Amino acid sequence: MTTISKVSRRSFLQTTGLSASFILGAHISPRCLFAAMSGATTAQPNYFVAIAADGTVTLTNSRSEMGQGVRTGMPMMIAEELEADWSRVKIWQAPGDATKYDPAGKDQQNTDGSRSTRHGFNVMRELGASAREVLEKAAAQKWGVDASEVYAKNHRLYHRGTDRSLDFGEVVEIAAEIDVPFGADAPKPKLKDPSQWRYIGKDMPVVDNFDMSTGGADYGADYTLPGMKIAVVARPPVYRGKVKSFDATEALKVPGVEQVIEIPALPNDKPAEFRALGGVAVIGRNTWSVMQGRKKLKIEWDAGPFVGHDSSTYDAALIASSQQPGTVIRKRGDVDLAFAQADKVVEAEYFVPYLAHAPMEPPVALVDANSRPVQIITSTQAPLQTRQYVAEALGLEIADVECQITLLGGAFGRKSKPDFACEAAILSKAIGAPVRVQWSREDEIQHGYYHSASAQYAKAALDKDGKVIAWQQRVASPSIMALWNPAQDGPVDFEAALGLTDMPYNTIPNLQLETCKAPAMIRVGWLRSVNNIQHAFALHSFADELAAAAGRDPLEFLLETIGDAEVMDLSKDGVEGDTVYGDPVADYPISPKRLSNTLRIVAKAAGYGQQLPEGSGIGLAAHRSFQSYVAIAVQVKVGENGEFSVPRVDVAIDCGRYVNPEGVRKQMEGACTFGHSIARFGKITTTLGAVDQSNFNDYRVTRLSEGPLDIHVHLVEDYVTELPCGVGEPGVPPYAPALLNAIYQAIGKRIRTLPLPADLRTA
Amino acid sequence: MISLMVNGSAREFDGDAEMPILWFLRDELELTGTKFGCGMALCGACTVHLDGTAVRACVTPISAAAGKAITTIEGLHPEGNHPVQKAWRKENVPQCGYCQSGQIMQAASLLAANPKPTDEEIMRGMDGNICRCGTYQRIFSAIKVAAQEA
Repeated sequence: MTTISKVSRRSFLQTTGLSASFILGAHISPRCLFAAMSGATTAQPNYFVAIAADGTVTLTNSRSEMGQGVRTGMPMMIAEELEADWSRVKIWQAPGDATKYDPAGKDQQNTDGSRSTRHGFNVMRELGASAREVLEKAAAQKWGVDASEVYAKNHRLYHRGTDRSLDFGEVVEIAAEIDVPFGADAPKPKLKDPSQWRYIGKDMPVVDNFDMSTGGADYGADYTLPGMKIAVVARPPVYRGKVKSFDATEALKVPGVEQVIEIPALPNDKPAEFRALGGVAVIGRNTWSVMQGRKKLKIEWDAGPFVGHDSSTYDAALIASSQQPGTVIRKRGDVDLAFAQADKVVEAEYFVPYLAHAPMEPPVALVDANSRPVQIITSTQAPLQTRQYVAEALGLEIADVECQITLLGGAFGRKSKPDFACEAAILSKAIGAPVRVQWSREDEIQHGYYHSASAQYAKAALDKDGKVIAWQQRVASPSIMALWNPAQDGPVDFEAALGLTDMPYNTIPNLQLETCKAPAMIRVGWLRSVNNIQHAFALHSFADELAAAAGRDPLEFLLETIGDAEVMDLSKDGVEGDTVYGDPVADYPISPKRLSNTLRIVAKAAGYGQQLPEGSGIGLAAHRSFQSYVAIAVQVKVGENGEFSVPRVDVAIDCGRYVNPEGVRKQMEGACTFGHSIARFGKITTTLGAVDQSNFNDYRVTRLSEGPLDIHVHLVEDYVTELPCGVGEPGVPPYAPALLNAIYQAIGKRIRTLPLPADLRTA
Repeated sequence: MISLMVNGSAREFDGDAEMPILWFLRDELELTGTKFGCGMALCGACTVHLDGTAVRACVTPISAAAGKAITTIEGLHPEGNHPVQKAWRKENVPQCGYCQSGQIMQAASLLAANPKPTDEEIMRGMDGNICRCGTYQRIFSAIKVAAQEA
């Protein structure tokens, strides 16, 4: 819960180094256990609005910018209610301090889960509105009139009925002395009617465009500290392997290499979580030297317990597991009875391999472990976890550790796992100087947290009218939770709830969804859209297969099978846990009607049903994730040699209330390309426990000529008065199934294993 | 001792002549606009101009720049208003922004050599520069805008 109050000017200036005369902050009562455990108190103010005497407004962004547009979108909401002139707004990036900079009190600034806007929509606007009300009072005082006679508009304060007006900057000294209502019972500021909005709902370019186009934008590796050393680390090729012995003689001869230090292996009884796993660090004065030095290390490794993790056998084991009965996570009716009475039974098996994040900026962290507080400068999604794990690595308290968040050069979930900051902290402590640990691309590909590999078995029954009367689906995939509990064998509820438990084919009378065993033998971690990727792939590929088996048009078939119910109530199917991304069900009920609506919109926009040339086709998929409803129509053209191109993509997104439509479009465009990489190239494999791929030559991602370049994004307006939903992730899951369904339309070929073969025709 | 020009200033380097230009720029000159992405000329994040032509700084040894002129993103235009930079902002290209220095340098080099490229030539010219955020559609449009307005 958030209440708003004025904070002392001096304390803010000390924190930020900003020059400002009026500052407005908010008091937070953390709701979640994690923040409470971290020692967060309700008394600490945060600082989101500062106005200088020249009228410059500084707005705080406390979320991590990784390309999803939060540095633009979050301040837009404050500026809207503040009535600020956007051209006079500056953005200040908050450090990692959830006691001050998590005004919604929901996630300690952990920027993932596509939740910045949906959790910040009310509180950001309230912060802006409270500041505006104080400015109005200040102007009223200056004029000696009642505050009700004053209103703010576009950075000025006006007196109704006279021609008097003042710039924001002209009242800041008075505003600084005005008390802001404080406490849970304090009146909420009055918010604008949406019809009065000037920024929310309007296109806004990225605030960092100039810096990003001139080399002025600073990422994790662009910061230095006095006396800083640079380090690279040789890590065990196999997960949880160890250094048996090493010889640094030749490495130390490389000019510029100063020290070689072992990072001790994590003790066997400690789960990996986000900890440094160990290795041999080469430390020196520049990046090239230490990279050269690392090549000269002679290390004998103890491969450890996962040397048997080999894709040649592991994948087959996942498939076998998915063919055995698992734990039922959702059940409606009696699938076995329906299968016995079916006119037609269809079965299929789907496989998606491990994936790596491959953000363009490899992980990097700069830590001075010898100052108090300890200073971390890094491109992190999760500053609190970064402080927590660095504190643990150094034997300190979280309060002893500070974290500055730089721009993130892509992240996709990788940078919410701060093992790289722990490495820098350990090394900095060991050598008594600040250390920047730089990961290479090979490090990133080979020592990551991989998107879970998965095998899925699907079985469905059709009646004589071609309606689906039963759907059974099983998934075997190793769990993210094994990072904390290595014995975790298969998906936990929250992973299943990312697309499977909440599967949208709501008119089917008999459903049975199951999770199957799958041991974790490598670090499995979340990647943009998480388990929705494989769940959506199997669900929406299989639905298309059923349409074909029933001899029906896919669009009509999907609309019938999703249905138009206002709400899909999973509790009626025996589901008890969360299936709405941790938000209240009342706020975000699952709506088949909204999904169907989105599908209808995309089909129309894409010209679905049009006659296409031989070898071309349009495929559809619609998926709800992170509260948003996204439908994609991919048009594919398959050439003579089995190569393919994607001449056009249409995306319809119903994300409820949207703040920056330009930002939403960009996320959908990017999601299509990200989804294209998954479908066409994404594959991490292991041999004797070690990752086989190493760089962009063998872990390919989409290049400009290979992906869609004509993506049309359609923002659904029908539910724009509903609460904001996620945008960063939900565009990804429906892309791959839509693409594969298009390939089926084009050449009649059904592909069930990702990534796609290079030659579709002979596959 | 290697002498070279960087963004119009004379510079000298007295170290390992095999060190790639990237690390000279980043670690020695603190010109951090040029980014490290792969170290193998696979992604283009490190693209700079060597005597006006795009090269991958991560694999080009500094010895190859002796007596030559390097231009980085910081030196592309004194006010940051090269037609490509302006087009990038007009088309609102960046997401995370990390690859964009390299993309812009590659595009500027492409247009310098071929002021009116065809779609096919843009694709071929830009295919060595990866954008993981997926801004390709806007990169493609921005190059067309820059070609029109240059």
